[in-house]
Amino acid sequence: MIPAPFEYVRPTTVEEAVQAVAEGGDDVKIMAGGQSLIPVMRLRLAAPETIVDLGRVAEMRGVREDGDALVIGAMTTHAEVIADPLIAQHARLIAEATETVADRQTRRRGTFGGALAHADPAGDLPSVALALDAEMVVAGPEGRRTVPAREFFVDYLTTALDEGEVLVEIRVPKLAGDWGVRYEKFNRVAQAWSIVAVAAAVRRENGHIAEARIGLTNMGPVPLRAPATEAALAGASASPDAVAAAARSAAEGTSPSSDLNAQADYRQHLAQVLTRRAVATAAGL
Amino acid sequence: MTRVSMRVDGVTYTDEVEPRTLLVHHLREALGKVGTVVGCDTSNCGACTVHLDGQAVKSCTVLAVQADGAEVTTIEGIGSTDALHPVQKAFHEQHGLQCGFCTPGMIMASIDLLKENPSPSEDEVREGIEGNLCRCTGYQNIVRAVQQAAREMSGTSETLGAQS
Ligand SMILES: Cc1cc2nc3c(=O)[nH]c(=O)nc-3n(C[C@H](O)[C@H](O)[C@H](O)COP(=O)(O)OP(=O)(O)OC[C@H]3O[C@@H](n4cnc5c(N)ncnc54)[C@H](O)[C@@H]3O)c2cc1C
Ligand code: FES
Ligand code: FES
Repeated sequence: MIPAPFEYVRPTTVEEAVQAVAEGGDDVKIMAGGQSLIPVMRLRLAAPETIVDLGRVAEMRGVREDGDALVIGAMTTHAEVIADPLIAQHARLIAEATETVADRQTRRRGTFGGALAHADPAGDLPSVALALDAEMVVAGPEGRRTVPAREFFVDYLTTALDEGEVLVEIRVPKLAGDWGVRYEKFNRVAQAWSIVAVAAAVRRENGHIAEARIGLTNMGPVPLRAPATEAALAGASASPDAVAAAARSAAEGTSPSSDLNAQADYRQHLAQVLTRRAVATAAGL
Repeated sequence: MTRVSMRVDGVTYTDEVEPRTLLVHHLREALGKVGTVVGCDTSNCGACTVHLDGQAVKSCTVLAVQADGAEVTTIEGIGSTDALHPVQKAFHEQHGLQCGFCTPGMIMASIDLLKENPSPSEDEVREGIEGNLCRCTGYQNIVRAVQQAAREMSGTSETLGAQS
């Protein structure tokens, strides 16, 4: 189908974008890559009055270093993220997870910021942002503010973005030290969303696991960490047995949904298995 | 209405479009580029794949206004009946199609894949064209076709010299 009619605005700076959103009426929608938005507009599940297309806001695109952090422009496409040398060096977990998103064509248009702002529980990038303690830089009529990933994902398809706010860039602390990373995604068919997935970053020191960060995809309405497993891994020996024991608590405190793909208890089982695999690989076992 | 200008298969077109017009509909209905088809309503099938500034995209999931100023290549712009593109030729020779509905998108996605990875393994082909669905072939011959094209395009095919 064809989307319902809308007004179309194409700003070229963040300030223009914020202004266009403010002037866009009651039912204004921001468009990034359009890879989630255009499909729902085609199905007429969304029929915004105004579309503010961020596609020409050059300052929102690309990756740069800023001291101990990488700054990823919200409009950086999935394909650009996968190919980016700075991400490969300092935040490879993002590239690894992004490779599992959708398909070649969709990754050419879909953006890092769009995937975070969309906040689909089955989306692969929110749990990675959470595991890496990323921060969202948001611009609105009152200026800019920074929201940590832990506070950004509020509910199913809902973020801390207020009406009128634009996600401008994402600050990701560089991983310093001997980190290994792994994204384990479980899905059944090509270009499918995660039934469950686990993002792991593990720092090794003298044959031990010094620190582990774990993000869970699709284990509830928002991405989650696995605090019990992270605590069990801190200081544990880097052995398959220790990892397997710690992974058993990965689903503690989660409330996954039941749907056609999987029942909640099966998702909890998957979370444990995928956590074991992700941590073992990240720890080089 | 919004004025858009784009170069499609080497020719520049300037038109007034409604912002809600999808690129695929603009190509088919305004420009007559009916080689590119629509196979679904959910951005899954990939039949509508074209190259936008050299990159494969699903043209049903791009607005025509977003392609303003861009270079678009469709299946109609890559070869001719007398001089097929190596990927077209390989699909023909390897029987990489039955009904043919998925073929324009399969070929455009495959060309994009081969640009990035000139000699993909079987698994790499399957992953590289995972955004394109085929209801007929079972994919076997499509994978063979892409690998044949890869060999021909990188000049490693022994049959190429004999045939051309
Ligand atoms: C066939 C298919 C398969 C897919 N499979 C996967 C998958 O396996 N895993 C996965 O994670 N994703 C998947 N996706 C989704 C894909 O990752 C999208 O790129 C992503 O969800 C949305 O990014 P976008 O840039 O296209 O955003 P858009 O579609 O443009 O926007 C999505 C939403 O976010 C809002 N938004 C976007 N950018 C901003 C911003 N800067 N500030 C404020 N609000 C903003 C929009 O208003 C809209 O509500 C799939 C999509 C398709 C079509
Ligand atoms: S028509 Fe199916 S993906 Fe575009
Ligand atoms: S040949 Fe019929 S859909 Fe692929």
